[in-house]
Amino acid sequence: MESCPSIKNILLLDSEGKRVAVKYYSEDWPTNSAKESFEKAVFTKTQKTNARTEAEIAMFENTIVVYKFVQDLHFFVTGGDNENELILSTVLQGFFDAVGILLRGNVDKKEALENLDLILLCLDEIVDGGIVLETDSNVIASKVASHSIDAGAPLSEQTISQALATAREHLARSLLK
Amino acid sequence: MAQPLVKKDDDRDDEEYSPFLGIEKGAVLQEARVFNDPQLDSRRCSQVITKLLYLLNQGETFTKVEATEVFFSVTKLFQSRDIGLRRMVYLIIKELSPSADEVIIVTSSLMKDMNSKTDMYRANAIRVLCRITDGTLLTQIERYLKQAIVDKNPVVASAALVSGIHLLQTNPEIVKRWSNEVQEAVQSRAALVQFHALALLHQIRQNDRLAVSKLVTSLTRGTVRSPLAQCLLIRYTSQVIRESAGNAQMGDRPFYDYLEGCLRHKAEMVIFEAARAITELHGVTTRELTPAITVLQLFLSSSKPVLRFAAVRTLNKVAMTHPMAVTNCNIDMESLISDQNRSIATLAITTLLKTGNESSVDRLMKQITNFMSDIADEFKIVVVEAIRSLCLKFPLKYRALMNFLSNILREEGGFEYKKAIVDSIVILIRDIPDAKESGLLHLCEFIEDCEFTYLSTQILHFLGIEGPKTSDPSKYIRYIYNRVHLENATVRASAVSTLAKFGALVDSLKPRVFILLRRCLFDSDDEVRDRATLYLNTLGGDGSVVETDSDVKDFLFGSLDVPLVNLETSLKNYEASEEPFDINSVPKEIKSQPLAEKKAQSKKPTGLGVTPSAPVSTVDAYEKLLSSIPEFSNFGKLFKSSAPVELTEPETEYAVNVVKHIFDSHVVFQYNCTNTIPEQLLENVIVAVDASEAEEFSEVASKPLASLPYDTPGQTFLAFERPEGVPAVGKFSNTLRFIVKEVDPTTGEAEEDGVEDEYQLEDLEVVPADYILKVPVFNFRNAWESMGPDFERIDEYGLGQRESLTEAVNTVINLLGLQPCEGTEVLASNSRSHTCLLSGVYIGNVKVLVRLSFGIDSSREVAMKLAVRSEDEAVSDAIHEIVGSG
Repeated sequence: MESCPSIKNILLLDSEGKRVAVKYYSEDWPTNSAKESFEKAVFTKTQKTNARTEAEIAMFENTIVVYKFVQDLHFFVTGGDNENELILSTVLQGFFDAVGILLRGNVDKKEALENLDLILLCLDEIVDGGIVLETDSNVIASKVASHSIDAGAPLSEQTISQALATAREHLARSLLK
Repeated sequence: MAQPLVKKDDDRDDEEYSPFLGIEKGAVLQEARVFNDPQLDSRRCSQVITKLLYLLNQGETFTKVEATEVFFSVTKLFQSRDIGLRRMVYLIIKELSPSADEVIIVTSSLMKDMNSKTDMYRANAIRVLCRITDGTLLTQIERYLKQAIVDKNPVVASAALVSGIHLLQTNPEIVKRWSNEVQEAVQSRAALVQFHALALLHQIRQNDRLAVSKLVTSLTRGTVRSPLAQCLLIRYTSQVIRESAGNAQMGDRPFYDYLEGCLRHKAEMVIFEAARAITELHGVTTRELTPAITVLQLFLSSSKPVLRFAAVRTLNKVAMTHPMAVTNCNIDMESLISDQNRSIATLAITTLLKTGNESSVDRLMKQITNFMSDIADEFKIVVVEAIRSLCLKFPLKYRALMNFLSNILREEGGFEYKKAIVDSIVILIRDIPDAKESGLLHLCEFIEDCEFTYLSTQILHFLGIEGPKTSDPSKYIRYIYNRVHLENATVRASAVSTLAKFGALVDSLKPRVFILLRRCLFDSDDEVRDRATLYLNTLGGDGSVVETDSDVKDFLFGSLDVPLVNLETSLKNYEASEEPFDINSVPKEIKSQPLAEKKAQSKKPTGLGVTPSAPVSTVDAYEKLLSSIPEFSNFGKLFKSSAPVELTEPETEYAVNVVKHIFDSHVVFQYNCTNTIPEQLLENVIVAVDASEAEEFSEVASKPLASLPYDTPGQTFLAFERPEGVPAVGKFSNTLRFIVKEVDPTTGEAEEDGVEDEYQLEDLEVVPADYILKVPVFNFRNAWESMGPDFERIDEYGLGQRESLTEAVNTVINLLGLQPCEGTEVLASNSRSHTCLLSGVYIGNVKVLVRLSFGIDSSREVAMKLAVRSEDEAVSDAIHEIVGSG
């Protein structure tokens, strides 16, 4: 209990449970087949739930999984069964929103695969070896985005495009409500 | 495959479209050659790296050669000044996890990036380098890392701190040198830097309680900005509270105010962490709990499922220890039964079942019935278990609960779920006499249509034991005999056994049972036929209705009094011959620690003629050893061997321990001796015993040890006679006598002449517990009831002031030398009373059962009620005498 909050894995699966991008930080699933069967179990058990407006939560074996779906993408964050559920959900929200910003509101599988480099960098900026690096989606997205801009690109332009993305994101959300 | 990223297939479904469609490892590895181009196309290179990462992410593996090849070409990309490409290079290096000799290639590039002006380069280069580096390289970059920890850019500082946390596992001595810098970073204004620094600082100091305590004291007064850091601090605070619990007397708990203050924090994460910490405090009081319960109650009606789940899960745990504290939340909890999230609903139900009172049971059951149909089996099991304990708590409500169980038993469900229900019904039947008849009928109906062989046989067995004792046993016969017609061989066989049990116990049913059993003689399965024949013969099925004699009853109903493991070993060792297998030859002692393990614990071997690798239990080994000595061969069967008792201090010249072997009218002491002096050889080793304080014992035989060379254990034996069957006790003083000869350590040769010498050993006692074998019973209640109150002896004892109840319980258990049953030797940490169940076999093969009830008052005075049941009055008295004189 006196240990640092830790994340066991972050999964981004499609609507059939196939991997878009996954990242494991713990040794609980040593082989690829162990990982795949975990993903399958999590996917089937959460498939029917409605995790589109608010993040949902479930327990699997000795882990807690928080998850959120949008379009044909399923986001999962897994932690140990003693972990503070709200920390896990903060990480999930950070990941979810950062992806939303990076994909400029068009969050679906096709867009995610076409920008897989951004998704992978995003995962890299959220958690390092199980330890939470950053949870603020704007910070995460700006760290990722600053890389994808060519070195020569003027700074002002970058911030404007980012601001636009955020604005679009907010607009999209308010429309959804 | 040249440009798959722009390949937009129009002839495929939109859904099927993926930029990685048809991707193939071989082709991508070919593409990776672009990394070697003199004119780098950074965009193209990024795409190829993405493809490589995609493959790895999908679970594809690279061979060693492939990985090395990719790694080397990737290192070329450090020439490019494109930031995006560099980021991808960092990622792929981490994924490839290069070997030590490969790391050297990128070290200089990464070190250059670590000192770059671009913050992003610095932060990422640190993370990559720390991930792939080994200890030797670390000393080279240590200086930069220390600087990075206090870097003004939070991203750089966090990267260095997080890397420090990882490196602490492998190179603690280096990371520990950074504590000054880490300490400075704890004061950082950047939220996450503070969080990472706090985590690292605590890990550096985790073995130093005082330092952790100081850290907590200073930070709880100061300002911790990030919610994550606040959560960490709460965890560390509870750790400090837990560790200081020993010396804090009643009154205000240190740091409780801090935890309570965190309940008003603005971040939900922190509020929850603090609430949870309070509920988990050791020996938490109701007053301390209340504010935490209040915030958790607010969470219960949150719109966020995660918050509701977290709160209900915590309250569920609290309900196990402090059900009253949670009752305030019952109304909110009840509305959660219909929660969309079934995990939340199940937790709410089980919490309610724990906190509910007798009057709310019926209403609750109604709600649960609606709920059961739409949850998964694993949740149903949790509910069934909660209902079982509720029923045991309110036995008067058994009717409603039993009905509920039988209803869900009829519905669809998997094996585990059905098993949980059947187990619950069985437990209720056992513990609530009124529920017996209705429960048995529910089970009968269930086996009419049960697809699980295991459950059918279990229920049939149970019916055989309980059914004949009911008011109208005949009504069960039909259910049982139906099994013989309709089931597979396993179930048929067990139905035959059950029928026989009815026949044996209910004389009026005997003729009818015989008719049914005779029909089974024509069964297609030989096990069924065999059983039918066996029972017809034992019950005297030749038509005459006779009183079933007690041997037959014993055979049918007696529990197997030998541990199954031992029976299995004995059967495996039994070689088919004229001599029939004798069940009495199976050792009854539970296998104690194998010798090999004991040897591993103490460096000095205890010395038995057994090789440590042989998986022989100590009992078997002793029996073999003793029967090989002709002097002891007429002593009969070994009753018990004690654990070795040390007769010398550790690290002395000669190490001696003794094992007490108890026979019917003899006691054999086996002295295991070890000579720890390389310059000596001992000959004619014997232990001289003064038995003046053990009047009932007389020495009858001894077996000296001819020679005891250095570090080779040997044994010498002494045998005493004592009155048969009497548990005589006494004290023996021991002296080791021997002839010592000097040994030349270089040649190993001993001198011709020796000197007589002796060595004082500690006293040895034979105590009452030596006459008692630890034999567990698996259902204490049943054993207790079937033993009957004929030779019951009950008395009360005051045990005086004791350190704790646990200590008192353990003292009595050790004094009696009986086997604690059903885990009753374990006490809840702060319980004020406890009941402990013990069982064993007294010398003369008399079964003994003991029920101990303890109570402790505020001045730590312990009182004990001792109830003994045994097959012999004298033995019951003897047990009381042990306690009386102990």
